[in-house]
Amino acid sequence: MNSALKLVIEAPVAAKLGMIIVLLNVLAAVFAPVIAPYSETEIIGDTWEGGFWDSEAPEHDPPALLGTDHIGRDLFTRLIYGARNTIGIALVTTMLAFAVGISLGFLAATLRGSVDQIISRSVEVLMAIPTLIFALMVLSVLGTEVHILIVVIALLDATRVFRISRAVAMDVEVMEYVEVAKLRGEGLWWVMRHEILPNTMAPLLAEFGLRFCFVFLFIAALSFLGLGLQPPTADWGSMVRENAEGINWGIIVPLFPAGAIALLTVGVNLIVDWFLHKASGIRDIE
Amino acid sequence: MSEPLLVIKDLVIEGYQEEQWNGIVHGVSLSLNRGEVLGIIGESGAGKSTIGIASMGYARPGCRIVSGSINFDGVDMAMASEDRLREMRGVRVAYVAQSAAASFNPAHRIVQQFTETPVVHKVMGFGAAEQKSKDLFKSMDLPDPENIGRRFPHQVSGGQLQRAMVAMAMSCDPDLIIFDEPTTALDVTTQIEVLAAIKDAIREHNTAALYITHDLAVVSQIADRIMVLRYGNEVETGETRQMIENPKEDYTRELLSVRKVHQDKADIEGLGNDILTVKNITASYGNGVRVLEDVSMAVTKGTTVAVVGESGSGKSTTARVITGLLPPEMGEILFHGEPLAPSFKDRPQDQLRRIQMIYQMADVALNPRQKVKDVIGRPLELYFGLKGDAKKARVKELLEKIELGENYMDRFPSELSGGEKQRVCIARALAAEPELIICDEVTSALDQLVAKGILKLLQDLQNDLGVSYLFITHDLATVKAISDEIVVMYQGKVVEQGPRDEILTPPHHDYTDLLLSSVPEMDPDWLDGVLEHRKELEARGVVNLRT
Repeated sequence: MNSALKLVIEAPVAAKLGMIIVLLNVLAAVFAPVIAPYSETEIIGDTWEGGFWDSEAPEHDPPALLGTDHIGRDLFTRLIYGARNTIGIALVTTMLAFAVGISLGFLAATLRGSVDQIISRSVEVLMAIPTLIFALMVLSVLGTEVHILIVVIALLDATRVFRISRAVAMDVEVMEYVEVAKLRGEGLWWVMRHEILPNTMAPLLAEFGLRFCFVFLFIAALSFLGLGLQPPTADWGSMVRENAEGINWGIIVPLFPAGAIALLTVGVNLIVDWFLHKASGIRDIE
Repeated sequence: MSEPLLVIKDLVIEGYQEEQWNGIVHGVSLSLNRGEVLGIIGESGAGKSTIGIASMGYARPGCRIVSGSINFDGVDMAMASEDRLREMRGVRVAYVAQSAAASFNPAHRIVQQFTETPVVHKVMGFGAAEQKSKDLFKSMDLPDPENIGRRFPHQVSGGQLQRAMVAMAMSCDPDLIIFDEPTTALDVTTQIEVLAAIKDAIREHNTAALYITHDLAVVSQIADRIMVLRYGNEVETGETRQMIENPKEDYTRELLSVRKVHQDKADIEGLGNDILTVKNITASYGNGVRVLEDVSMAVTKGTTVAVVGESGSGKSTTARVITGLLPPEMGEILFHGEPLAPSFKDRPQDQLRRIQMIYQMADVALNPRQKVKDVIGRPLELYFGLKGDAKKARVKELLEKIELGENYMDRFPSELSGGEKQRVCIARALAAEPELIICDEVTSALDQLVAKGILKLLQDLQNDLGVSYLFITHDLATVKAISDEIVVMYQGKVVEQGPRDEILTPPHHDYTDLLLSSVPEMDPDWLDGVLEHRKELEARGVVNLRT
């Protein structure tokens, strides 16, 4: 724990900034009902009322800081609940994608031969189909419930995770310490868990950060197209879509959820960059 | 010509490590005359390579030249601008690295890389440079000098590539060449050819050279003077002959004596009982090329069988067959008279336990993310079901056996020196309480004094525990030091085997003779003598040396 704290303190400014952004988002997601002044679906006023910048906007108590959305709900409240839904789903999806991708990738790298061929070729078939179109197709057939959404996106993303984990595991697998473990009579699972995984952690963690961003951008894109999370659930992607029309009237409301997406993406990437740098640094010393 | 070519004065170089600057070279001075060869020797970490490249005005990334002057023919290389240095490098000072294979660009033909330096520096045009390459290849004794330049680096052998690299360094007739361990990566028999070529070439062109190596015997063949370094300090400098015959410092004497470690055998119960018998093994890697042909050998209890041969002789493949990593095509392996399954996957755990392996590169044989206690503790847990305190106590005991303390338990491999890593590998093998340990070039990557310590440890353990070794090596000095039986391999076949003294006493098999005579001796006249001997062997058609 001490060393983790030290790591954070010694991190460069950019990484710290990223950590603050991510932390704020996580806090918002966890304590959404406490922080948010209204409930997720409560209509408090007229369509697209102005926020703190507009002195002529109608008064509310508590005040509607960022104004209201296209049907008069408090935008600030929606943003906070949006963080909860967007980040939560993206996190679960990414973890599922990694669990599947890493397991298959390590299996392919360790067993090689026909196992590798079968998994790799199947993954290539999946990767050959454009992700968005594939997701749209599957979701319109199976429906847009949250768990289906998670499984579909996770499986699509697992193909990318498989690629990278197979590649890094291949590098580690040829090391003599893996040979030693095999000759010792260790089982497949033990070798994967104790010899390969710890030595592939750095690139995989970095990839996790990136994938996480891609996933919630993907969910946002799906929501924007109407196949992601369904109303009245707040998520940033659908909030952009619902309010997009407002731009035509000079209403800046859609920029807030869009900005939240951008901010979190940048934040996560700042941390990922730092991880990558550290990972490559370790390689230099070795 | 009375002015020295290179004068280094009080050179101090620091390296950045663990967030601070540490001294690598602490005020070393040297001077080198035109046409003179200075040998720089020392163990790894002595700062010899750092001094070598500093004389070109270069410091590796993470290193800096702090003070001192490097005067090369009137130019201070430590102060000169990057442009000035670029004019000098390659033209007046050239560098030959340890691994030619890693220094050549595999995507270009040799001649393209040869001509690059003279053409870029506008010393000569492409045509002239190409002609020059042929002349130099010829003087380097490379086969088919007219056309060899058209080949790609992977199409010539390691020794030839190293010679091509020396030729390349000489392309602009430099005043000074820095040789950084140019023969270390080569087989003994190939090393001689490269050594002879280098010696002739620098003598002929009257080039000065800094010859950096850790092998005193090698350097004594080529250097006029020798400088001994340790921990970035000069130990002593002197004429070659005087250094070999009458060194002043203890450290130099220690370096000279490392080749002798032999001990007497202790009484071991059941000494001489057959443990492992390899019978008529033939094996190949997927592509159908036979790597082993009809190989047989036997290891008895409490003894050390050394398998010697050059790279490509199939000695490591033999180890892979025995451990079951490479199932043989024909033949069988008996362990205590019982046949072993061809693949390790089909062997019971207890059989796996009884044959352990120690590798050449302790770096890659240890998982960088496992602490020492986990590395050694895992076999205890797996084979003997030890847990908690019992495991800890046994790990401690094993650490004591390998002469490391309890405080090593929580260290990661990156916190150990090369010798300590190899000791941990030995402890891991011992943890399984094996009867046979296969040692694959376990000392090749280590410094002489460290290697000596490891060999001594292995011998002590044998006397203590009665374990047998199958000792694979290309280093005949090691073989002489520790083996009871010797198996000589050449191109996948066993050419000669028998008790150590029998193999080492003449008359030898012709190939054994070649191998034995190629081991450098601490005698400045040795190289000339051995070249004569080789001509005789060649005349008798024993081995084709110009491969």
